[in-house]
Amino acid sequence: MAVMETTAPGVPPTRAIETTLPWLAEHERFLRTLPAGEPAPIQALRRLGIERFAVLGFPTLRQEEWRFTNVAPIARGTFVRPESDPDDPHKGADPARLSVLELDTAARLVFVDGRFSQQLSQVDELPADTIVTSLAEALARTPDQVLPWLGQLAAIGDHPFVALNTAFIQDGAFVSVPRGVVIEKPIHLLFLSSGEADRATFSFPRNLIVAGENSHMTLVETYTGDGVYLCCPVTELVAGPASVVDHYKLQRESRDAFHLATFQIEGQRSATPSSHSISIGGGLVRNDVNAVLNGEGIDCILNGLYLADGRQLVDNHMRVEHAKPHCGSHELYKGILDGKARAVFNGLIHVHKGAQKTDAKQSNRNLLLSPEAIANSNPQLEIFADDVKCTHGSTVGQLDDDAVFYLRSRGIGAEAARSILTYAFASDIVERIRLEPVRRDLEEFLFTRLPQGEVVRQAV
Amino acid sequence: MLKIKNLHASVDGNEILRGIDLEIGNGEVHAIMGPNGSGKSTLARVLAGEESYEVTAGEVLFDGKDLLEMDPEDRAREGVFMAFQYPVEIPGVSNTYFLKAALNAVRKHRGLPEMDALEFLTVVRQKMKLVQMDDSLLNRPVNEGFSGGEKKRNEIFHMAVLEPKLAILDETDSGLDIDALRIVAEGVNVLRGAERSFLLITHYQRLLNYIVPDYVHVLVDGRIVRSGGKELALELEEKGYAWLEQEVAQATPVGA
Repeated sequence: MAVMETTAPGVPPTRAIETTLPWLAEHERFLRTLPAGEPAPIQALRRLGIERFAVLGFPTLRQEEWRFTNVAPIARGTFVRPESDPDDPHKGADPARLSVLELDTAARLVFVDGRFSQQLSQVDELPADTIVTSLAEALARTPDQVLPWLGQLAAIGDHPFVALNTAFIQDGAFVSVPRGVVIEKPIHLLFLSSGEADRATFSFPRNLIVAGENSHMTLVETYTGDGVYLCCPVTELVAGPASVVDHYKLQRESRDAFHLATFQIEGQRSATPSSHSISIGGGLVRNDVNAVLNGEGIDCILNGLYLADGRQLVDNHMRVEHAKPHCGSHELYKGILDGKARAVFNGLIHVHKGAQKTDAKQSNRNLLLSPEAIANSNPQLEIFADDVKCTHGSTVGQLDDDAVFYLRSRGIGAEAARSILTYAFASDIVERIRLEPVRRDLEEFLFTRLPQGEVVRQAV
Repeated sequence: MLKIKNLHASVDGNEILRGIDLEIGNGEVHAIMGPNGSGKSTLARVLAGEESYEVTAGEVLFDGKDLLEMDPEDRAREGVFMAFQYPVEIPGVSNTYFLKAALNAVRKHRGLPEMDALEFLTVVRQKMKLVQMDDSLLNRPVNEGFSGGEKKRNEIFHMAVLEPKLAILDETDSGLDIDALRIVAEGVNVLRGAERSFLLITHYQRLLNYIVPDYVHVLVDGRIVRSGGKELALELEEKGYAWLEQEVAQATPVGA
């Protein structure tokens, strides 16, 4: 993987045009497939997206936000619109993938290569005025519920992949839970992708979640697939006043996949949004999680666990904006890296002027199981208020030899001892997962993934 | 049971053990005493198989098998147990579940069936009484947040559950108040038997008031310079180590 050519400052990289042009052409073709008579704002939004992408191009290692994440394989790759039919099991993702997570749901929306599959989805009877449907459907039927929010939270700004997603907005999930409504069971959004025989495909799922005042919901996004593809989702969440939203994202893409996702949270007064990001699959992975705490009394939890080995790269970019006083944010991200895996963590806490009594914590811990694994951790604080409590920290380390020896001295084998300690490293993230099937699923994954997992299962 | 012959060991190129000879028979309790830096704890750790120590000469036979060839876990499975001087805190690993995995690894090695949760719990209840250990320590992560006394008691509890043939107690008495010391000693005394031997590493004679040894050895500068019965410990208590160190210094030719 060569680094893209460098050029003098101010001059666009010579390759920029070369790598963006195919996407501009692809976008033209995409627009021709869309139904006539779509609302003007959505058309404008797509135009904004593609125009911004044309200006930004693909990021290079010279850009601070992409310093350790080389997306040249995407920039230089050829990706095509998938030919799958979301409702034809013979033309699309493997339906066996549906069993990736057994979950008793209020609604399960399945997307095949980014397109909603009516056949594979299942929605229980929901409380009045609660909407759980595809974005395409919502745009056609209730655009007035969608358009006030869509594209308003996830800023295209300087993020080429948010721009590209916005340019290709077509489908995804739309969830709207009105004021005071509690959805007990989780809502599962399942994204299946599949590369085609000799062609890499792309999909740009776009999800919008609107939680009304004092509403409760649990949402699970699962990403999985086979072969080579680019999956580039954007999820916007409006956490209304005093709402409780637990969000889980399980990234279990194919090992050949490129997964670049943005989760944008807008918190309103006294909301308690939580995000749990479990990143396991993919070849090149970038997760952006941004939370804007835009009302007083918000308490926001952002947890993450990433596992990578081989040549996997996983990049977590976090940005928490404390815009109003009396808000708390608690970030804990942990990574386990083996082989030649690389991890990037970039966490920014920005406390705005006047956001007094902010209580912000951020911690990133990385466990390197191999001498060739690398973690780059970069926590940052920007504080413009004077009465705040902000802490951050990051560590990169190996297993504690003394602890390994201690376990071995009790009769536990060397490999099992290492696995037990690796599991223990991850255990506080596992324990923080309140949704039991997701927690169990992660435990099982770890028991399967770690050498001597059966001993670990017994020992923890 | 244990035969140590001319054992030499180094850490980071510094020779710490300089020719240890020691035999421990079935059911015997041996105490190793000596001043700080004499190599007492090094001996314990070498026997347990800690890899930061390099054995440069000598051999150790355990029930006729070459102990030094074995990985630490195999030594444990064969029946060697070391109570750590500084037990390691392991967040995220439950004290009980981990011990169950350890016990089953040991049992498997000995050709015994694995214990299920219920059988194990019965064993645990019984052994906890021996060391007067609080229930709450069972459900907590290994040693995490334990007081010094609780950590040492937890070591004895591990020993009671694993039922080793040879138990090495590395300064188990250090940092214990008199009540904790008594509890630990009672635990050890209950476990004494014809088929279980002990090697007590200690700096102070105090422990030996509660666990009466069959033999006492004094380690100075990496060698056993004197061996005797339990009365040797009392002599050391009275006279200190200085006279023995002096004797060693005079007996060693300059430049040796």
